[in-house]
Amino acid sequence: MSRIRFLVNGAPTEIEVPGMRRLLDVLREDLGLTGTKEGCGEGECGACSVLLDGQVVDSCLVPMSQVDGRIVRTVEGLALAARELGELDTLQSAFLVHGAAQCGICTPGMLIAARAYLDAGGGPDHGDIREAIAGNLCRCTGYQKIVEAIAAVAAGEVPA
Amino acid sequence: MTTRTVPRPAVAPARSAPDALVMSPGASAPGRAASFPLRREGPAKLTGTAKYTDDLVFPGAWYGATIRSTEARARLLAIELDPGIDWSKVVVVTAADIPGENLVSAIKEDQPVLVPVGGEIRHHAEPVALLAAPDRETIRRLRAGIRLVTERLPPVFDPEVSDHVFAQYEIGSGDLEAGFAAADLILEGEYRVGHQEQLYIENNAMIAVPGEGGGMTVHGSLQCPYYVHKALRKSLGLTAAQARVVQAETGGGFGGKEEYPSIIAIHAALLARKAGRPVRMIYDRHEDIAATTKRHPAIVRHRTGVMADGTLVAQEIEVVMDGGAYCTLTPVVLSRGALHAAGPYRCANVRVRARATRTNTPPNGAFRGFGAPQVEFATETHLNRIAERLGMSPAELRRRNAYGLGDVTPTGQVLRESVAAHEVLRLAVEASEFERIRVGTGAARLDRSGTGMVPVGPLRTGPGRIATGIGLALGWHGAGFTGSGEVHIGSVASLELTADGRIRVLIGSTEMGQGTSTIFPLMVAGELGLPAELVEMAPVDTALVPDSGPTVASRTAMVVGGLCISAARRLRAEVETRNGGLAFANVYLADAAIHGATRIDHEFEPYPDVSFDDTTYRGDAYPAFGWAACVAIVDVDLDTAEVSVREVVAVDDVGKVIHPIMCEGQVEGGTLQAIGYATIEEIKLKDGRYLNDRLATYLIPTALDAPRITTILVEAPFSGAPHGAKGVGELPMDVGAPAVVAAIQDAVGVWITDLPATPERILAALESAAAAASANPEGGTA
Repeated sequence: MSRIRFLVNGAPTEIEVPGMRRLLDVLREDLGLTGTKEGCGEGECGACSVLLDGQVVDSCLVPMSQVDGRIVRTVEGLALAARELGELDTLQSAFLVHGAAQCGICTPGMLIAARAYLDAGGGPDHGDIREAIAGNLCRCTGYQKIVEAIAAVAAGEVPA
Repeated sequence: MTTRTVPRPAVAPARSAPDALVMSPGASAPGRAASFPLRREGPAKLTGTAKYTDDLVFPGAWYGATIRSTEARARLLAIELDPGIDWSKVVVVTAADIPGENLVSAIKEDQPVLVPVGGEIRHHAEPVALLAAPDRETIRRLRAGIRLVTERLPPVFDPEVSDHVFAQYEIGSGDLEAGFAAADLILEGEYRVGHQEQLYIENNAMIAVPGEGGGMTVHGSLQCPYYVHKALRKSLGLTAAQARVVQAETGGGFGGKEEYPSIIAIHAALLARKAGRPVRMIYDRHEDIAATTKRHPAIVRHRTGVMADGTLVAQEIEVVMDGGAYCTLTPVVLSRGALHAAGPYRCANVRVRARATRTNTPPNGAFRGFGAPQVEFATETHLNRIAERLGMSPAELRRRNAYGLGDVTPTGQVLRESVAAHEVLRLAVEASEFERIRVGTGAARLDRSGTGMVPVGPLRTGPGRIATGIGLALGWHGAGFTGSGEVHIGSVASLELTADGRIRVLIGSTEMGQGTSTIFPLMVAGELGLPAELVEMAPVDTALVPDSGPTVASRTAMVVGGLCISAARRLRAEVETRNGGLAFANVYLADAAIHGATRIDHEFEPYPDVSFDDTTYRGDAYPAFGWAACVAIVDVDLDTAEVSVREVVAVDDVGKVIHPIMCEGQVEGGTLQAIGYATIEEIKLKDGRYLNDRLATYLIPTALDAPRITTILVEAPFSGAPHGAKGVGELPMDVGAPAVVAAIQDAVGVWITDLPATPERILAALESAAAAASANPEGGTA
């Protein structure tokens, strides 16, 4: 067992778990953050994407031993900077307005990949956006409305 | 008929759903005549608070697992438990533990819940025993301790060799031989399509919770709560009240959660019953791909007679589908395949013979399109080949043959209304500039031919390496259930004005991403003269909602939506009548306070003048048809034969657009699934086992593989539905693949007749074309 200290959505967290326990399982089962989904368990679908020190990672491939001292952000933490708890941030609002979420199971991971892209200064170019979300599979939308939603945020069309 | 091209971006409504956040005023874009509600459950999905099955917590729940056969066909002689293991701390279930019938409720009840000792194993992923334990580690450790003793039996993998026929149909009209005798050209062709996995991103999942008095509640990811309900009752010997099915948020279905959830629910319930506690049966991706149903593979043979001017005079079509090891929905899939096999074309002399047989592979089942994508790929590719042979534009060939009002289908159905084949074709050709682009791509292809550069020339770099092509397909999709299916089911939708003045829709139709929870309030509110956000949706729980039929066949908006609109009209009339004719919106609160709750249960009534004979296959196979055209532009890499689908124009007639953004979303998503079917999605089999049963090996399109899709929605309303809707989900799936294959041919000059059009198949076709050209220089290559 290892004692792991890390920040989850801004909250200092300390747990004792086997070092090889997956970050995904800790989030979902130990911390009750079930917004992060499991789609394949082998890093192909991106449904379990979270930000680890601002970088997109597949949390199904991250052992807890690599999380000590680091900053994790999940879909539940995306709107923390928004006006009040439970509200949508700009990106989430854009997804809602553009119809970018259908069944919603890929949505948390897709939002995380989009957040990282935008935080890195990504612009509204559709090709760049497609590249940025290519690690996140969606079976419902054909990606078009997802790309449009992200582009709208990048272009400042959706108010923060 | 109206045509509407939906502009983007979408627009936010003035007010959002009650649980949605208030949108910033600036989020509303001006210029849209009407506004539409945001996805009802969208905020929950976007904040991670929506609860899918695996997100539900039941204290004390155990984990369940399925022990499956590893042989394609065998006799099960014994199930042995390793004597070195203490089995008292876990639960093992075999067929002997099934209190009810050991059959999964379906059309022909041939599939056991678990293979009994002495019984026959019919596919390599067949469930034989179940195991539940307090944690997943114990499951991992113990499952190898359950050993199956079997005696191998010879398997059958070829559907054409199999002598066990699940279903067969023959549809005919006119005089086939006379048609061929009159034809100027007769063309034959054989087309093959393989398995396709639905690949919803949420794997199948069920949690069974035992209750008081022998009751059992199942929470799960599913499309059809009453299918699961019926299956639970049958196999667990429960009364209707003892069995309860609750749909959790469902992460995609596409048909893959139509019939397969029944067996998972039974498995979870058997374990929960024996363990006396909740049991979670959550499939991982490997198990989901390895064991659950796929789109039926098919072999389709065409022999077609045409006149020199392109008029179709004879179509002889043979369809063979591989049903897999058990019947599931195969007879209905095959029926839809047979009824769509001749395509949306006028032809006096037609014969379709279709059969589906049993093989020792996992059962095939429902997948968006339901038998139509297989046959329409064949028909459209065949028609495109005929156009090539006649030296005629594929669009012109279709203009000369596509159905119009008053035409008669091979079952004798007169198309009296709602026929938009020509309209969707014209719009797709115009919006894509099909003829202009085709002139350029055709000239480029001729320039390349005979240069020896394709396919075995030296490696190229630069623009010369990419060949561009454009392709077209036209399709039709019977709206709702085939034949008299809807009459047999007798669906019910309910609408309630509660005593405290709420308006609540009660339907068994499920939200799985397609928008049910958003469009039903919209439809009902429109009838009642209220804002959509005042209409609630009851949870999909068989203890609350009636059986509105399964959420399949693109029937939800059309059929169940129609029932809800009729229910709303009845509710409105009833309330207004007893309130002196005052408008419902002004009096319903007072009415509820005085009269208490009012509930309308509206049952399906047969569409007027629609009748079908299930035995002779004559009559109105569908109450109406939806029509679709697709134009695809592809780039083919001449060195690697990699195909990139760059642009698609999708034109779909859905009868009535209820929510333009969601309707577009259906077309875009369905189109991309069709492109995956055309280019990369393929199951490889060895001895009846799927070899690529993981997401690392079964590929679906990413954002980089997806084209830019221009969607044009057409409304040719169906008079039998109060709102005119004909459904949208499946239409785009029917036309994408043949359009892509036609575009590949336009680029490189070869026809790919087996899906998917992988680089290997394209290179092989190019090499054989080159070999044929050098053997017969006079023949040339196009």
